[in-house]
Amino acid sequence: MSNEAQPGADMPVEIVPEQVATPSPPVAALQCEHPDWIVQVIHAFGETTIVVPREHIVAACTFMKNSPELEFNFLADLSAVDRGPEEEPRFEVNYHLFSTTKLHRVRLKVLLHDDDAHVTTVTGVWRTANWHERETYDLMGIIFDGHPDLRRILMPEDSEGHPLRKDFPLRGYEPYSLT
Amino acid sequence: MSVSTTNLPPQFEIVDRPLDTQMTISMGPQHPSTHGVLRLELVLDGEMVVKTTPDIGYLHTGMEKLFEYKKYQQGIVITDRMDYLNPLGNNLAYVMAVEKLLALEIPERAQTIRVLMCELQRIASHLVWLGTHALDIGAMTVFFYCFREREKILNLIEAASGGRLTPSYFRIGGLMMDLPPGFERRVKQFTDDFSAAVDEFDSLLTGNRIFQKRTQNVGRISAEDAIDWGLSGPSLRGSGVKLDLRRASPYTGYENYDFEVPIEYDGDVWARYKVRMREMRESHKIVIQALSRLRPGSVKADAPKVVLPDREAMKTHMDALIHHFLIVAEGFDVPAGEVYQAIEASKGELGVYVKSEGGPKPARVHFRGPSFVNLSALPLMAEGAMVADIVAIIGSLDIVLGEIDR
Repeated sequence: MSNEAQPGADMPVEIVPEQVATPSPPVAALQCEHPDWIVQVIHAFGETTIVVPREHIVAACTFMKNSPELEFNFLADLSAVDRGPEEEPRFEVNYHLFSTTKLHRVRLKVLLHDDDAHVTTVTGVWRTANWHERETYDLMGIIFDGHPDLRRILMPEDSEGHPLRKDFPLRGYEPYSLT
Repeated sequence: MSVSTTNLPPQFEIVDRPLDTQMTISMGPQHPSTHGVLRLELVLDGEMVVKTTPDIGYLHTGMEKLFEYKKYQQGIVITDRMDYLNPLGNNLAYVMAVEKLLALEIPERAQTIRVLMCELQRIASHLVWLGTHALDIGAMTVFFYCFREREKILNLIEAASGGRLTPSYFRIGGLMMDLPPGFERRVKQFTDDFSAAVDEFDSLLTGNRIFQKRTQNVGRISAEDAIDWGLSGPSLRGSGVKLDLRRASPYTGYENYDFEVPIEYDGDVWARYKVRMREMRESHKIVIQALSRLRPGSVKADAPKVVLPDREAMKTHMDALIHHFLIVAEGFDVPAGEVYQAIEASKGELGVYVKSEGGPKPARVHFRGPSFVNLSALPLMAEGAMVADIVAIIGSLDIVLGEIDR
């Protein structure tokens, strides 16, 4: 890619792994051990994002947690983004990892299609993923296969739809009424 | 939608059980010791808790959805209403995330005031925790003492921002406005008295044998479990993990302040109590340091397209008036990208994920509330405890339902 670093260029620079001058430790480790688990690496705003294929996310998380030079033992956050009904792939699931010993962060990202919004749960890796995944299922409608207790958590159990999807109307499907 | 009787949720199913076995009871959502509208489904064997299932969502108002329909600067007032005991911390996390996307430089004075206000707010938040925690356990006097001190802090926040519970004082690119005249003197008055006040709380509770018996060896969680369950803040430090984001990944200039990270190893309610008590003293130290670092200067970043101009400039400069109109009417464009900004809020790691696709409104905003994650570990801590201990454990986690349900 050309090096026309324009001042005020506001799109994040997308770099393929080979071209990063000094890859951050998680990228370097993953690249060394399992290069096929990396779809894309994005460096932007001082943060590193690794896009991981859906079928490898649990293995990648386990590797990140157990690798002695990474030690991502703390799942800080898990959330999903809806890019919009017309986009393909429609959903992004973001795993924000943190290490309480090395004090570094990385974001793993999985892309999911609208007709097949399934991803394997990571509750086996970090138990804190339990409620995060329930929330993501409740509000975004992403199914976490193998989750021990995948129920709605914030919305009532009999509610319809998933509110954080872009095609869900702001005020809900039905007019609000107290009766 | 009608609900047929055969389709009831599992908790309402009538199960025939012989006498003298387990019993399921519902605690909350109107129980005063659940600190809001939290419902716990307890399976009891006698007075012992066999299983706890938290049921949340009673306060869910779809704030994350609302962010997508509001301009970036309008989102600040929504954050006030999440953790309503620590609104300035929420403001800070959100504006820092947006500032990261915009790559804004925040002036020194604004940074120092942010630290000063955040630490005052942390003390206020801990005071509510201490008062209600002691009240839950049966010590009523502490509550009044704590709220007396908290009132002084709320008056300070009101003097600076105009709001007591919903200040919205931090803005993208700096502050709403500079501190009012005489503010430093008033903070100094507060800090002069505060050491004695904490000593007072200490003398009321720390040596109290009843309080000790109610809290020691209750709600234990090991360091490994605490990390695995994502605990953060004082709840994590009570289990012997020395992690404070103000030290681990300093922001707004925390690396320049001299303070300690209190830590206890027992992992029980008593340990978390001691951590928070010492944290109040550390925050007090930071407030005094921040006060001595206040230097005259601007409190707004030099970014006329993002930061609202001063009132005086609007009346004398054409371009300031145009910028004001454009920011208010149309908002400002934020470069496309995604960031995750975490700060050490009074309850733990408060993370804000903001994704922008350009334009004046965010594509997605997600809040990682420390209360949400800390509460998810409650079933583990409550296993084998007495019913009365549940109240002590919830108090020691310092949850705020506004942040959990969002």
